[in-house]
Amino acid sequence: MHHTHKPPFIEELTAITGQDPSQCYQCGKCSAGCPVREFTDEAPNRVVRYVQLGFYEKALTSKTLWLCAGCQTCSSRCPKDFHLAHFMDAMRELALKKGMVEDEKNTVEFHKAFLKQIESYGRTHEVGMVRDYKLHTMDLMKDVDLAPTMFLKGKLSILPHKVKDTKTIKKIFKQK
Amino acid sequence: MKIGVFICYCGENIGRTVDCAAVAQAAAKFPGVIHSEDYKYMCSDPGQNLIKQAIREKQLDAIVVGSCSPHMHEKTFRKAAAGAGINPYMVEIANLREHCSWIHDDIPSATKKAIELTRIAVEKVKYNEPLIPIRVPVTKRALVIGGGISGIQAALDIANAGFEVVLVEKEPSIGGHMSQLSETFPTLDCSQCILTPRMVEVYQHPKIKLLTYSEVENVEGFIGNFKVTIRKKARGVKEDLCTGCGLCVQKCPIRKVAKNEFEEGLANRPAMYVPFPQAVPNLPVIDRSVCTYYKSGKCQMCKKVCGRDAVDFEQQDSFVTEDIGSIIVATGYKLYTIDKKPENSPIQGYGEYGYGKYTDVINGLQFERIASASGPTSGEILRPSDSKVPKKVVFIQCVGSRDEAKGFTYCSKICCMYTAKHAMLYKHKVHDGEAYVFYMDIRAGGKMYEEFVRRAIEEDDVKYIRGRVSKIYEEDGKYIVKGEDTIAGMQVIIDADMVVLATAMVAQPEAPKLAQLLGVPYDKYGFLAEVHPKLRPVETSSGGIFLAGACHSPRDIPESVAMASAAAAKALVLFGSDMLEREPVIAKVNAGTCAGCFYCQKVCAYNAIEQKEIKNRAGEVIKVVAYVNEGLCQGCGTCNATCPSKSVELVGFKDEQIFNEICALY
Amino acid sequence: MTMNFGYYPGCSLEGTAKEFDKSLKAVIGKLGVNLQEVQDWACCGSSSAHATNHMLSVALPTHNLLLAKQQGLENVVAPCAACFNRLVVAQHEMATDEKVRAKVEDILERPYNNHLDVLNIIQFFDRVGTDVIKEKVTKTMEHLNAACYYGCLLVRPNDITKFDDAENPEAMERVVEATGAKTVSWNFKTECCGASHSIAHTEIAVKLSKRIIDDAIKHGANVIVVACPMCHSNLDMRQVNMKKQFPNHQEIPVLYLTELIGLALGLDAKALGVDLHFTNAAPVLK
Repeated sequence: MHHTHKPPFIEELTAITGQDPSQCYQCGKCSAGCPVREFTDEAPNRVVRYVQLGFYEKALTSKTLWLCAGCQTCSSRCPKDFHLAHFMDAMRELALKKGMVEDEKNTVEFHKAFLKQIESYGRTHEVGMVRDYKLHTMDLMKDVDLAPTMFLKGKLSILPHKVKDTKTIKKIFKQK
Repeated sequence: MKIGVFICYCGENIGRTVDCAAVAQAAAKFPGVIHSEDYKYMCSDPGQNLIKQAIREKQLDAIVVGSCSPHMHEKTFRKAAAGAGINPYMVEIANLREHCSWIHDDIPSATKKAIELTRIAVEKVKYNEPLIPIRVPVTKRALVIGGGISGIQAALDIANAGFEVVLVEKEPSIGGHMSQLSETFPTLDCSQCILTPRMVEVYQHPKIKLLTYSEVENVEGFIGNFKVTIRKKARGVKEDLCTGCGLCVQKCPIRKVAKNEFEEGLANRPAMYVPFPQAVPNLPVIDRSVCTYYKSGKCQMCKKVCGRDAVDFEQQDSFVTEDIGSIIVATGYKLYTIDKKPENSPIQGYGEYGYGKYTDVINGLQFERIASASGPTSGEILRPSDSKVPKKVVFIQCVGSRDEAKGFTYCSKICCMYTAKHAMLYKHKVHDGEAYVFYMDIRAGGKMYEEFVRRAIEEDDVKYIRGRVSKIYEEDGKYIVKGEDTIAGMQVIIDADMVVLATAMVAQPEAPKLAQLLGVPYDKYGFLAEVHPKLRPVETSSGGIFLAGACHSPRDIPESVAMASAAAAKALVLFGSDMLEREPVIAKVNAGTCAGCFYCQKVCAYNAIEQKEIKNRAGEVIKVVAYVNEGLCQGCGTCNATCPSKSVELVGFKDEQIFNEICALY
Repeated sequence: MTMNFGYYPGCSLEGTAKEFDKSLKAVIGKLGVNLQEVQDWACCGSSSAHATNHMLSVALPTHNLLLAKQQGLENVVAPCAACFNRLVVAQHEMATDEKVRAKVEDILERPYNNHLDVLNIIQFFDRVGTDVIKEKVTKTMEHLNAACYYGCLLVRPNDITKFDDAENPEAMERVVEATGAKTVSWNFKTECCGASHSIAHTEIAVKLSKRIIDDAIKHGANVIVVACPMCHSNLDMRQVNMKKQFPNHQEIPVLYLTELIGLALGLDAKALGVDLHFTNAAPVLK
């Protein structure tokens, strides 16, 4: 009649996308196949390891969280059926919530800009998004050479498409 | 009826959560109970003496022991009761440990439950009847299914003890996987050198009847009294005439028509073939699926060249029936393949390793053949695609094993050792070659095993990398192996010339079918189940049927041999007596009320229900009723629960006993 | 007989991937298929939602699924692989996770009780029928050796998308071969192109995409066929970066599956939006 209690952090993490890190047996197959492995500061399996050992801050501040492209190669090859991509989703959510993003501000700003478009218009508006992103990151010169071609090709519209039912969208964002 | 109750503390096991003294006091007041006491260890000698003393002094007719599960000590207490002069079946066990103390932690309520459990046992024992064990004769002859190293060992042990053995092997030769191996760990002695003398011994043994190219077709009967039908598949060669000269094989014009099974597909063989040079028996067999004669009626070259007229194209499968007392199952294993499996298969294969499409990504048994002096490369390490010496070889462990997503949860146990051996053999033959091993853990628990692995690393410079491989793909004639070294925390990419996958050991695909024929349980992977994982590791729940080797679970040669000898010893224990005593707890049919619907026959898992004709005085059949074969019935009670006319009763668990138990609760 | 399908274009098909939308619409006219757009559809949340907030990543697609159902649609074609993935995953979560479902129902103030057939563009053409495409081909694409690139989001997670094989899918090949084009066997069909890192980490997207392109060329491809706007922009647009970074970069045209089919059906390249690409598609337009 003994019930093991998991640490509160694990409970919080598991509640988001259902992934319990104790399932991982550290074989490293995820890291072996990770397409962004060469850019990461920590191997993905080590991020899991830190969580297993209770070094949550070390895990939450890793750049790897934000370099993860969400390709799910790790999840689909994991011999333990541990969904590392979902684990990463949950870790990012916690890192944001706990204000622990240090290095990868660019990626966060990109996501924020992207979601702001949806919140305002219900759809993403690429021009608005890139403008917001550039203003926040001050990475103003990026892709300036591509943008005029895109306008020319009609791929970037100046005005956003806006959905009618913005009320529901706002509610989703408010209560998420 | 005078009943005694004995409550055991089982040390702390029961005593910690059940107030045993209170249970004994409460039981003393149950109607019919004239004696009740508690003791710390009822199973101990003094404990048993308490029981015997009370039976004698108070003239008890029946007793109830409140203790651990009847699985543990029912026999002990029955013997004690018998020692004091009452029938051993006048004993009931109230399971106060597994059913009570171990699963509760509140003392008052657990005590209350213990009292109730004791009460119902008392109510049941009131309806117990003295029973006499069933005695059946024993046929002192064993059947061994499977002629690999396990089957060979078991057959020789039994035969050398002086009893007859029928050894059945489905392939044309005995020898099993061990005959395919090059060297064996941890001594690196040649596998065939140590195996073939045993194979010859089997063949020459006067007590062993060897049936190769044969399969068990049907099994009837029960412990000590099995009737086994064996199908002898048609070889197309008369065994009594053939001398094994091999001329037919040499002359068969359909030379490289089929994948050579013994060479694991690395070579081809003719339509008429002997599986390998040291085959036992040294008799050829015709592969009818590829032989020209069976396609067009032409050729017949083998028949023409045979000086003994031993070739028989018209030969049919034949059947033999054997009387057997004990069966040893030694059907071995198969190696898992990474090939893409059909859609409905629970196993999907490894797409990340190419689904088996890369010629030089081979499995462990294929490497054994390449390293073997008798193999397709005569022992030279050459890769299959272009017969070049691979200068960089990657070995990957745990492919299919320890992989609940794509393969199997279990560890195949032998791969750590044979991979170390493979890497070592490779380095011994290709001195300038590089060997890499991807592993998760090194499981080298065995005599001189750990030392062997260290030797591979320290003396033979095999590079061990801790991590799994994510992907293998071909690029510019190399196999790109993408792995991670989790110790260094770094991605490792190797451009290999050859990759050897230590794929999982899996059960023979026909194992479940055979298990059903034998009434032996098996797990979800098809491995046959022992009756107790610790104390009865070679016995099955079907009496007289024992397990040897990898049909039970992945294991290496020494373990398989030890298990085979253990199984042989179990069969010999059986053969040590002429008559066999069995538990009398079996079903009985009331022929008077049986309506002959035979629902019981349909539900019986042990084929124990037979049909019996009831005749009148004139000898005419008036009805057909169910009849229980005492030898086969395991006393499970399914027939009892199924019978619509309540004509089947389970002796020892009769309806009135059960009703009384239930009524005692309300 | 006209076949009817619901249509969820997604934001990309209104912008950077407008040729995907254009070519799809051009092709269906030829194939006797009718697409009914989900009215007032909103963004699925894409990578940014699931990368930062799980609830958002389920609620946004569910909102769209409910819109489609409300409109009486029984299936919905989501040509964008990311949209397809988000819709399918959200549907799966709503069906299997009671807590998530309760919360999303609470947010949307509506009960969720539907299952919709969400189809990616390959499944869509499969449903229409490769034999139908084959019949309508007026200009065989036999001069093409196509590397079919699936990327991540069509096949993973395979137990949820339930589409083909995560390591070696072959469904797109069957559709492509219906146009007369040959397909090549190659290694990186389902390797990641860098996806949404295109903007925040362009260097990653360029490097990963370059690897994919080089492998396709090495295996004899003269065109890459894609079914995902993100994959297209990384493989097509980022070749501009590749040319600058790697002087020896060998160019290869990247076509949407719909564009390839359109060309085989005899449609004009411009009508299909092939002129909107960054990497010159002229070599395939024989």
